Amino acid sequence: MSVICNESSDFTDAVLVRQIAQELEIMKRIGLKTALVAIVASIAPAAAWDEAGSVRNCTWCHGTTGQGYMVAPRLAGQRSAYIESQIRSFRDHTRDNPFSKQYMWSAVAALDPGPARDLATYFATIRPKPANDGDPNLAAIGRAIYMDGIPEANVASCYACHGPNAEGVRDIPRLGGLAYFYLKARLEQWGQGYHSGMGTPMPIVARQLGPKEIEALASYLSFVK
Amino acid sequence: MPGPLAPKRTVPRRAVSLRPALQAVMLTAAFSVAARAEERAVAARGGLEAKLEYCKTCHGLSAQGYRGYFPMPRLAGLQSLYMENQLRAYIERRRTNAIMANVAKVLSPPMISALAAYFINLDPKPIGGAPRGSLALGKQIFMDGLPDSNVPACSACHGSEGKGQNEIPRLAGQLYEYTVGQLTNWSKVRGQGSAVDTSAIMAPTARNLTRLQIEAVAAYVSHLQ
Repeated sequence: MSVICNESSDFTDAVLVRQIAQELEIMKRIGLKTALVAIVASIAPAAAWDEAGSVRNCTWCHGTTGQGYMVAPRLAGQRSAYIESQIRSFRDHTRDNPFSKQYMWSAVAALDPGPARDLATYFATIRPKPANDGDPNLAAIGRAIYMDGIPEANVASCYACHGPNAEGVRDIPRLGGLAYFYLKARLEQWGQGYHSGMGTPMPIVARQLGPKEIEALASYLSFVK
Repeated sequence: MPGPLAPKRTVPRRAVSLRPALQAVMLTAAFSVAARAEERAVAARGGLEAKLEYCKTCHGLSAQGYRGYFPMPRLAGLQSLYMENQLRAYIERRRTNAIMANVAKVLSPPMISALAAYFINLDPKPIGGAPRGSLALGKQIFMDGLPDSNVPACSACHGSEGKGQNEIPRLAGQLYEYTVGQLTNWSKVRGQGSAVDTSAIMAPTARNLTRLQIEAVAAYVSHLQ
């Protein structure tokens, strides 16, 4: 877990460094074997479904109320079926962009479908707050692309799948109010050949988008409540 | 293009004159020039391949239909005549659909023909996912109609396997939610404006079906291969 969260904040870093130092100190004192047993024993209860513990494993990076933090996207208000499908794709290593590889592959490696569903349900019920961090001057262009696509350039309407208010449905994600950085990175990554879950048309959709169009879409969506 | 002209070129080995062979070759050449001119007209708008990919981003990667925020109908196996007619109906506002109006208005007539000629030849498995509770009633309506309610048998026009013909669309494998939506809102969506439209044929039938009967027959046709 310490590796997964090393960028979440200076505060967490400090806590982790202190923890590791303490653990090393204890190891020296009581011997490696005993220390390992002690550490495993202290982590083991969290591996079983224990709401507070498992949720905390997510909120370390995704923010205390799941509203997202830096590169970790908002989970609050996300479609539960989508969260589940993404956890699955991290476990199967089908969602393979650099941040997913670095953080999420190991984060969900031990997360079974049952607990994954519980976590998904938990985060889906939290009221999402819009990031509002895009360029307001690009929002109108972004909205036009979102609603109509760019038919002459074979860019599909986002609205057809993600809904009139970018709220998503079933395993199609809510996009409204996600952070500009995250939206932009995701739209770019499909064009760069990274994958997500199986059977999604997004690689084809996003490949048609130019950098200006991606900026406009990400800006617009960051403001959608 | 293994058309009827192709074999002629191999036949005249024992022929007295070479003239028929020469004519055949010239005809083939003339046809391929015409075909290339049409291809160029299509390519000028981004190419048929790019447009097909664009269609499939919403209608499913094998055109089997897709459940976005809205149900996107199956295009695979759809009659060319029907498809051309519908694409024109979107352009001419005889059929109301904000997304498809945008999509269709940039399609040139040769592109519309090329798309219609392509999709009829696809035959993926039905997407499935329809409820199975009232398949017996659905089959009865499809095969025999509901004489007391002035509902003719669907099979009378759409064929006993629901494959359709000419301007009558294929129903086999169509997305359940799409068929329900169409039959529920038939006259609000189709046959708009003053132009006479083939959709008028279905209007009374759609009106005479109850919601439960619509759901039953939509489920039945969705399972037809």
